[in-house]
Amino acid sequence: MSLLDYFKISKESTASLAKERLQILVAHERSSRNQPSYLPQMQKELLEVIRKYINVGQDAISVSFEQDEDQETLELNIVLPDLQLKNT
Amino acid sequence: MARIIVVTSGKGGVGKTTTSAAIAMGLAKKGHKTAVIDFDVGLRNLDLIMGCERRVVYDFVNVINGEATLNQALIRDKNCNQLYILPASQTRDKDALSQEGVGKILDELKKEFKYIVCDSPAGIEKGAHLAMYYADDAFIVTNPEVSSVRDSDRMLGILSSKSRRAELNEEPIKEYLLLSRYSPDRVKLGEMLSVEDVQDILSLHLLGVIPESKSVLNASNSGMPVILDEKSDAGQAYADIVDRYLGEDRPHRFIDEDKGFFRKLFGGK
Repeated sequence: MSLLDYFKISKESTASLAKERLQILVAHERSSRNQPSYLPQMQKELLEVIRKYINVGQDAISVSFEQDEDQETLELNIVLPDLQLKNT
Repeated sequence: MARIIVVTSGKGGVGKTTTSAAIAMGLAKKGHKTAVIDFDVGLRNLDLIMGCERRVVYDFVNVINGEATLNQALIRDKNCNQLYILPASQTRDKDALSQEGVGKILDELKKEFKYIVCDSPAGIEKGAHLAMYYADDAFIVTNPEVSSVRDSDRMLGILSSKSRRAELNEEPIKEYLLLSRYSPDRVKLGEMLSVEDVQDILSLHLLGVIPESKSVLNASNSGMPVILDEKSDAGQAYADIVDRYLGEDRPHRFIDEDKGFFRKLFGGK
């Protein structure tokens, strides 16, 4: 190892930064890759149904699909508007 | 039994064609009758890398359309009589290749050849899809660089869901990592992802590391697959890769930095 190397190691290397960013990104992309293809359409239709009854925004609903060894979970999350807004 | 190998990456410029030319030549030099096909319709370049650009008469699309026979279109390599090249067409029609047509030609090639190497175009469009669709083995060419690693992972997803083997629920395509343009010196300085880093991220079987090398440009300049430059580091790396693919035991090289004091001092190749 040359003298120069000691200076370089003092700050975090860009390679480890790259690895960290890629690990997060690849994990995220792999999980969304395994989602069923009907998910976006279903999300859109669910939103339409909910909007018949409650005035919610486009992003008020989130659907997530998770898969592990022995089960698949479909999680549906709807954020209802504030009470104050509902009363007006 | 013939094997179809796709050389793919998603990202462009990582060394797919260089790799296709090198491993096809390597397999042929080992005595296996090999065909290498350029799937990059509209941007053919394998002919240049193989040094047969002036001998192209008919191409892949001509054969699919029945305008020429396979034997008329195949070009016998000037350095190795076990190696044949099927050039891509320079047509601008992106739909010139069809899944059915490609399948028919591959079936025909399988009768005569031991290995069929498919040089995929960059991207995930039709050409790339067809190059990998019928594959038995996939060589994923990756550079130790963020966008290339990400695109390789994307290709892995496509291989495992959109290939013939995936669609027919057959044994999946065997995937191998070829890490190219590797600079051990820069890895040591923390400036470049290491082999282990890339393997951790992609979880792929490493077939070999190809060092960043001046010999690659010299080889393409002269239209000789770099594997024929037996003195060069990249040529040796590809020779190792071919041997490992054929089941021979070759320890990995070119992963650690060059220790030679004088070469370091004078910045050798």
